[in-house]
Amino acid sequence: MTLQTLEPILREQPFFVGMEERHVELITGCAKNVRFPEGQYIFREGDPADQFYLIRNGRVSVQCMVPHRGVTTVQTVGEGEVLGWSWLFPPHRWHFDARVQQETHAIEFDGKCLRGKCEHDHDLGYELFRRFIEIVGERLEATRLQLLDLYASHR
Amino acid sequence: MPATAEVVLTESALDPMLPVLYRIHGVKQETDDTFTLELSPTHSNGEAAFAPGQFNMLYVFGVGEVPISISSDPAKAPAIQHTTRVVGTVTKAMRRLKRGDMLGIRGPFGTQWPVAEAEGKDVVIAAGGIGLAPLRPALYSLMRRREKYRKIVLLYGTRTPEDILYRKELEQWRGKFDLEIQVTVDRAASSWRGNVGVVTTMIPRAPFDPTNTLVMVCGPEVMMRFTAQEVLKRGVPANRVYLSMERNMKCGIGLCGHCQYRGYFVCKDGPVMRFDEIGSLLNTAEV
Amino acid sequence: MSTVANAPRESLPKANSVKPGSSVVVPTDGIEALIQALICRGYEVLGPQVRDGAIVYGPITSSRDLPAGWTDEQQNGKYRLKRRRDGALFGYVLGPHSWKRYLYPPIQKLWSADRSQKSFDIAEEQPQPAKLALLGVRACELHAIALQDKIFLRGPYVDPGYQRRRQSLFIVAVNCCEPGGTCFCASTDTGPKATSGYDLAITELLTGNDSKLLISVGSGAGAELLSEIPSTPPNKLDEEAAAAVSARAAARMGRKLETGGLKELLYRNVDNPLWDKVAARCLSCANCTMVCPTCFCTTVEDTTDLTGSKAERWRRWDSCFTLDFSYIHGGSVRVSAKSRYRQWMTHKLAAWIDQFGRSGCVGCGRCITWCPVGIDITAEAQALRDSEVIKPGLETLRS
Repeated sequence: MTLQTLEPILREQPFFVGMEERHVELITGCAKNVRFPEGQYIFREGDPADQFYLIRNGRVSVQCMVPHRGVTTVQTVGEGEVLGWSWLFPPHRWHFDARVQQETHAIEFDGKCLRGKCEHDHDLGYELFRRFIEIVGERLEATRLQLLDLYASHR
Repeated sequence: MPATAEVVLTESALDPMLPVLYRIHGVKQETDDTFTLELSPTHSNGEAAFAPGQFNMLYVFGVGEVPISISSDPAKAPAIQHTTRVVGTVTKAMRRLKRGDMLGIRGPFGTQWPVAEAEGKDVVIAAGGIGLAPLRPALYSLMRRREKYRKIVLLYGTRTPEDILYRKELEQWRGKFDLEIQVTVDRAASSWRGNVGVVTTMIPRAPFDPTNTLVMVCGPEVMMRFTAQEVLKRGVPANRVYLSMERNMKCGIGLCGHCQYRGYFVCKDGPVMRFDEIGSLLNTAEV
Repeated sequence: MSTVANAPRESLPKANSVKPGSSVVVPTDGIEALIQALICRGYEVLGPQVRDGAIVYGPITSSRDLPAGWTDEQQNGKYRLKRRRDGALFGYVLGPHSWKRYLYPPIQKLWSADRSQKSFDIAEEQPQPAKLALLGVRACELHAIALQDKIFLRGPYVDPGYQRRRQSLFIVAVNCCEPGGTCFCASTDTGPKATSGYDLAITELLTGNDSKLLISVGSGAGAELLSEIPSTPPNKLDEEAAAAVSARAAARMGRKLETGGLKELLYRNVDNPLWDKVAARCLSCANCTMVCPTCFCTTVEDTTDLTGSKAERWRRWDSCFTLDFSYIHGGSVRVSAKSRYRQWMTHKLAAWIDQFGRSGCVGCGRCITWCPVGIDITAEAQALRDSEVIKPGLETLRS
């Protein structure tokens, strides 16, 4: 896919709203379209984390292997959502598995490439980190609600 | 203040503390701790109609009485259904009842879901856990006159896939009508092919127009609080968001005082209450 | 509306036309004739009497049962009876009892049920209540009864038991001559003078040797009863003396409650640290709710006998101070003692207004007197108010 075709697609995504022209260009340079068939692992716990994904359609399960309980899904990520932030900070390794539930089309961003660009252009870094912190904050809030186990019986 | 002589007294009809007998026609186990009773009155009762969102006080002979929302189709009254979890002495005793046994019922009491007010609007129904039970009558009413409403979206979150209530019905609705249903669970084994995450995460992307939507929410108080915040974030005005509150009830008729929620009696000013009126109370501990 | 159905009486010497709105004067011993007239009409007369070191309400069969010559000394957590220098019939104010114990009794059986095969039959309790005549009802208590009327007669659901008992009630009010140490009816606009809601209202005029009773007529039933008792029309001095009794009482209240903006004050101070201070003292003993004439909370108890074939439903007074009052599956909503004290006070002085259009407090002071640790609702309200005062040079102390 060429730069020209991807950029307009990226601009549509809520993630990029309000981002300057030149930053979108920089990021597009590290982006490519990808497709994952159902059942495929996008990444596994412990693997190097050098990408993140913007899901265009489909569904991905974030999973954890829990001894005695089996593989447990802790979250699903779907259309319009961002998958993966472990690329942002050392040791740049995935902490969970991501497995495709429904055939998924996504935009994959080269995290290594972007990390380099952010070191060089702190303004770009600020824009990316600002958006990611919001996503992580939302996930944390959602996770805390899951943690409260609100639907459990009281005994 | 009236003198003794001027106290206006009218003959009360049926004493509201006297239960009416209903016969159990069916007992259905929904999940491992939740069951549904199907009931109808033993005598024809002209006042058996109820509105979605209302509750009855259910009496098990010799054991006690509890308030439980009616979870069936209002159009099928006087036959009714109650879905409840086993959480205490009375519900435990209720679970042991069988077809043909009797239950004492007082009601219906309380305020209703604003089904009429929803006409011409998008409707978002957000249910958490057993909160789907008090919302089901509203769903039936909306579906009965589907053309009166624009988009109808049901967002339903529960603990695990095994805790999903009314599975068959949800599948039917999804297939038959113009109704968007999104189900999510707090956690699941890998065999689950659906969403995992709290129900609030489905709101940012749910297909409704915040400028013309009415929202009905029912579930644990924390879930309702966060859900209301999410829909407000999307631009739905606070006076278009309705919650169903729950408090200890002994009489159901506004006289025992147990269900008070600051100035409100949940049994008569609720259980369905508007978010702009109670929003600040939801954030106050121990009110 | 009081049903005073009796055979026509012999006409007795009538002083003048006794009708609602008018007053008459009887000598103090005329109280006996009043009591007997009520008894003759089939009323169970209830009134004040000395028992267990306090003035409580109970059956009265003659004026000798009344606590003539007694008075009470009341302060925070303190109640003592003292002998008066005169023989005044009504020279005290309120004890721990309020009239709600008769209109909405502490324990009521609602119905019983018998098992029959797969079903059960319910039989409602419909006792024929005795016709009650309440003797010695103070102005604050008249207001309290009116407030309870709002709850039990004027809501979407009427309580049939309260309705039956209220229907046949005869009320003889008494205008206080000396407010109690913890009284503040002047602040809540509920006294000390009885203005309506009674059949008869007595003001005791203690003028040395010649004490008498000025009786105002509040209803047709009152007029009818009074016409049996020899009386004279009041002269100007009597009327002035009666007015002075109430005026003096109004000026000598033991406490004061600032009511302006009280509801908003309580609602916005839900997180004020003062609640923790009062909670440290409060025992959650529920005394205040038991003695308060307007507290109406009850619980329902479903019981069964040992065979399991007979069931009963009882209603019992309850209190928001108990831990399980607000219990729903998993736990209580109001766990801390602080939240329960806050609930009681906020309900009484603020939420009542939203619910029933009026404050639930009639300024009788019983909660102050009968609190074992002497918590004073008027002082707590003032403390909240004071905590909001902006001190010059300092930041607002609003929490």
